[in-house]
Amino acid sequence: MLVTPGDVITEDTIYMKGHGTYGTNIEGDKRVIASVAGVVEPINKLICVKPLKTRYNGEVGDVIVGRIKDVQQKRWKVETNSRLDSVLHLSSVNLRGGELRRRSAADEFAMREYLKEGDLISAEIQQVHADGSLSLHTRSLRYGKLGQGCCVVVSPSLIKRRKNHMHNLSCGVSIILGNNGYVWISPLVKTATDSEAGDGGFDFDKEPVTADDRETICRVRNAILCLAKHSVMLYDTSVQYAYDKSLDYEAKHLLSDDVASEIVDRTLMEIDLLKGNA
Amino acid sequence: MAVVSLSDAEKFFIVHGIEDEGLRTDGRSCEDYRCIELETGLLSNTYGSSRLRLGNTELLAGIKIELGTPNPKNPDEGWVEFHIDCSPNASLAFQGRGGQELSNGICCHLSRIYNNKSALDLKQLCIVPHHHCWVVHVDVIVLEYGGNLFDSISIAVKGALHNCGVPNVNVSAGDEGEFEINLPDDPADVNKLKISSCPVLVTISKVGNRHIVDPTLEEEFCSHASLIVGVTSKGLITGMKKVGSGSLCPESISEMLQSAKSVGKRINSAFTKLMKTEKGIAKSVEKTGYL
Repeated sequence: MLVTPGDVITEDTIYMKGHGTYGTNIEGDKRVIASVAGVVEPINKLICVKPLKTRYNGEVGDVIVGRIKDVQQKRWKVETNSRLDSVLHLSSVNLRGGELRRRSAADEFAMREYLKEGDLISAEIQQVHADGSLSLHTRSLRYGKLGQGCCVVVSPSLIKRRKNHMHNLSCGVSIILGNNGYVWISPLVKTATDSEAGDGGFDFDKEPVTADDRETICRVRNAILCLAKHSVMLYDTSVQYAYDKSLDYEAKHLLSDDVASEIVDRTLMEIDLLKGNA
Repeated sequence: MAVVSLSDAEKFFIVHGIEDEGLRTDGRSCEDYRCIELETGLLSNTYGSSRLRLGNTELLAGIKIELGTPNPKNPDEGWVEFHIDCSPNASLAFQGRGGQELSNGICCHLSRIYNNKSALDLKQLCIVPHHHCWVVHVDVIVLEYGGNLFDSISIAVKGALHNCGVPNVNVSAGDEGEFEINLPDDPADVNKLKISSCPVLVTISKVGNRHIVDPTLEEEFCSHASLIVGVTSKGLITGMKKVGSGSLCPESISEMLQSAKSVGKRINSAFTKLMKTEKGIAKSVEKTGYL
């Protein structure tokens, strides 16, 4: 059920007010009123309203893609589309070569050589502080500085929370669906084995991306923008279907409104078919 | 100009895409424009108006006309004045007086290419030589900035001028050699301006060793030098300006001018076609104004 701020959701006293709702504290007034524009989510007796367009609210364990905004004394400030800047401590990143030791003053001076302003990183949320700011960490070989590719920004509410956010699509690109709405599309990560899924991104691969990969990346980027324009949830299957349906058109034509609606309709039909069969 | 930051790897990706394959991040080739939406005649309190949307860039242009005294050097001509407002709504970089420099630059460039004989016949703005003429004030407000401001402003201005109607005045001799000017009673009794040879600005940015047309914010960040060229529908170049801190060698300048001519001709013909279509459907569509 879609509500706008001020809409009365219910007048029943058995319901408790969750996020996105409020009640007037007048005696005898038992209304639960929405304070944001979004979808009503009742969980047993708790009524919450999940807003359609919002800043990213982090949870521990979320995978995000962020951009370095500032280099400070022992930490980096990262822009993650949330209300406050997120923090990446020097102790939360892997050192070059995977060394395990105490960070020294030399490491502090060398911070800018690893990550400087404007760099994109993939990280996981370690902690959420009382004021809502996030602490990130990249202490796995899967995370770290991102190399060549393309970043697309969509609303955080469109990214479905799932077990895995880094996918290698069958069309030949790898995508990271950051929970904060930043989607990173890049050529397939070349891995020797499945366990060794990255090196933390210390050196980016300076080899130019091949023409086919580049075309696929353009197409996936435009497909994601089409889906976002029509508020379709983004996850690996929906992006894969949108890509398949877009093969009938040239990548640059996906930006026009009529082609975008056509592709989104066909993708939604395909998803319904899948749900129907399951 | 804009508040956009990119990592080195992203810049590398964009520049190599353009250099090696001529393929940009959104799939366009080097000489493709994004989809342009243009609508005219939506502001009822102006003599002419237009709204333009190019990708993420959105502008409103309005025209007001007032009486003035002609310049003694050109007694039988009126003139056009431009005013651009880069509103802080459009971009973080335009906060406070941030947008002032950019808007002044655009105003100067537009005045230069419009106030000469090959662009607009200024004699059509004359009422009584040596005494009265029309002064056309063109005001543009930038509502959202998504790259490529010069081109979008020039197309919006051309649209507003196309839509502009100059009142058909009666001039009668008054006392003491003064002239009396009477406005017509019917607000629809207007003369349309002849804008067939008005130029359109084309921004060509040099990225790596190739050049692109209609750059987005990210592509503007990767390019160090751009040429802004005014091109008429016949392919005539009326003015040129270089922006950016990088340098351009003469061979690349001539290459860029060649593509500017062909792109400019295409944009002008698409514009004329759109104006004809709009005229056709104008009577059936009720204009409810902007928003």
